[in-house]
Amino acid sequence: MSDAQVKTLGERQAFPPLLSVDGIKVHYGAIQALKGVSLTVGKGEVVALIGANGAGKTSTLRAVSGMLKPSGGRIQFNGHDTTTLKAHQLVPRGMAHAPEGRGVFPNMTVQENLELGAYLRTDTSGIQADLEKSFTLFPVLKERRKQMAGTLSGGEQQMLAIARALLSKPQLLLLDEPSLGLAPQVTEAIFRTLREVNATGVSVLLVEQNAHLALNAAHYGYVLETGEVVMAGPGKALLESAEVRRAYLGE
Amino acid sequence: MAQLLQHLINGLAAGTIYALVALGYTMVYGVLKLINFAHGDVMMVGVYMGYATAFALGRDMRSSLVGVAVVFAVAMLGCALLGFFIERFAYRPLREKPRLTALITAIGISFALSYGFQLDIGFLPGAAPRAFPEVIAPVEWLVIGDRDVVVWNWQVISFGIAVALMVGLQYLVFRTRFGQAMRAVSWDHRVAALMGIPTDRVIALTFMLSSALAAGAGLLYAIKDTSVSPLMGLYVGLKAFVAAVIGGIGHVQGAVVGGLVLGLVEEFVVGYAASTWRDAVAFGFLILVLLVKPGGLFGRVTAEKV
Repeated sequence: MSDAQVKTLGERQAFPPLLSVDGIKVHYGAIQALKGVSLTVGKGEVVALIGANGAGKTSTLRAVSGMLKPSGGRIQFNGHDTTTLKAHQLVPRGMAHAPEGRGVFPNMTVQENLELGAYLRTDTSGIQADLEKSFTLFPVLKERRKQMAGTLSGGEQQMLAIARALLSKPQLLLLDEPSLGLAPQVTEAIFRTLREVNATGVSVLLVEQNAHLALNAAHYGYVLETGEVVMAGPGKALLESAEVRRAYLGE
Repeated sequence: MAQLLQHLINGLAAGTIYALVALGYTMVYGVLKLINFAHGDVMMVGVYMGYATAFALGRDMRSSLVGVAVVFAVAMLGCALLGFFIERFAYRPLREKPRLTALITAIGISFALSYGFQLDIGFLPGAAPRAFPEVIAPVEWLVIGDRDVVVWNWQVISFGIAVALMVGLQYLVFRTRFGQAMRAVSWDHRVAALMGIPTDRVIALTFMLSSALAAGAGLLYAIKDTSVSPLMGLYVGLKAFVAAVIGGIGHVQGAVVGGLVLGLVEEFVVGYAASTWRDAVAFGFLILVLLVKPGGLFGRVTAEKV
């Protein structure tokens, strides 16, 4: 078990359990991307997953959201075993994944993209209310609602991806590299919104290369190295740890 | 002048049939980026299903309105089922494999159907073409002058059915929830699944729909041609594929326009030049269109990401 080698810092704030990932393994052909990753996310908690390129952050998120099937280990969400469920079966259970590279539908309008986020919902008035809510969260999307998503800037596409994910009314939001390729002010705006979203009770599992930003926003963090969790602790504790500062914050 | 009008009518009638088959190529290409080369042969199987149903109904029954509806319904439902099985057992297992694998499988299914149907074992019909029964008895619908221009009832019916199916499809793709799901799957089926869209079901339904359309078009073709043969799928399928590419494969409107244009071009060649030139001009026209607009009339050329 790789769990034994995880260096744990500090005390974790208590949240009721929501997601528990237990020793999952992922293979791409002969290459092992995850060698047994374990982590948990509580209800209302923001958890960051940091690590270098190729450490297995995106693979972890994909396994959790059902985009790929783990070759070993177990995933529990909301008290149910979801290890073998596919992505579209996890959405109605309260999981939303804004994928890497944003994954908006460029040939559809902003409005149509948002509607697709609510694809499984039938409460028309509720959807309308949530649409308005996402427009207050991201006013720029309201201005551009009739525009093709492919014509938006990178930051606007990221906002659209997050807003679209939220329209499924998730309990857990999986975010893959929300800061990728964005200007610092845009990134800050997105992280501010993330805190607002979290304040409404949505849990967040966040994958980031920008360790400083992620650990500041997160209650708890995990450090991933070559497919294994090597360190875990509250966001602030990890930020202060000498190893994290050396490896990920460039000091 | 009258001659021109007559050719226009004939060309449009033939073109709508190409357009319906072309829509099937374009829809499947849209969701899977797969050229389903078996599409024409699925159409051929549908025509045989209609043929068998027409005989089972008997001479009086089959040319009644109910009879015609039954013939079309059996062929279209039967083909939808065939399309479902082909997708489920031939293409789905190859979904994550390189595209070439599925393409070659499609060619394999095409040959299996077109040559399998040439056997005369059991229910298989054998290689010889057969006369297609008069499901719609030909009646002159409109005659202008001294038979200068004749519009047949089957041309009008065929045109009407084709237009209704196209409008319905346009509505389905752009105005319904299922259509929205189809368009999402067409862009990226992995991301579509993250919206909660059951991508496998959307793809299966797309196959069923395109196969049903093919069966309908095939019957219209057989009624016009008054014959059915195991190789008709290869021929009509190839022409419809050309129509889809001329229009820009993946585009609903492109398939319709491509089909109509091809039907008209062929008719004018037959009318003003010689019928032996028809196929050469049809494929020559394809080359010409692709030289000027490589993405087809409606398509946009997008750089492939490597």
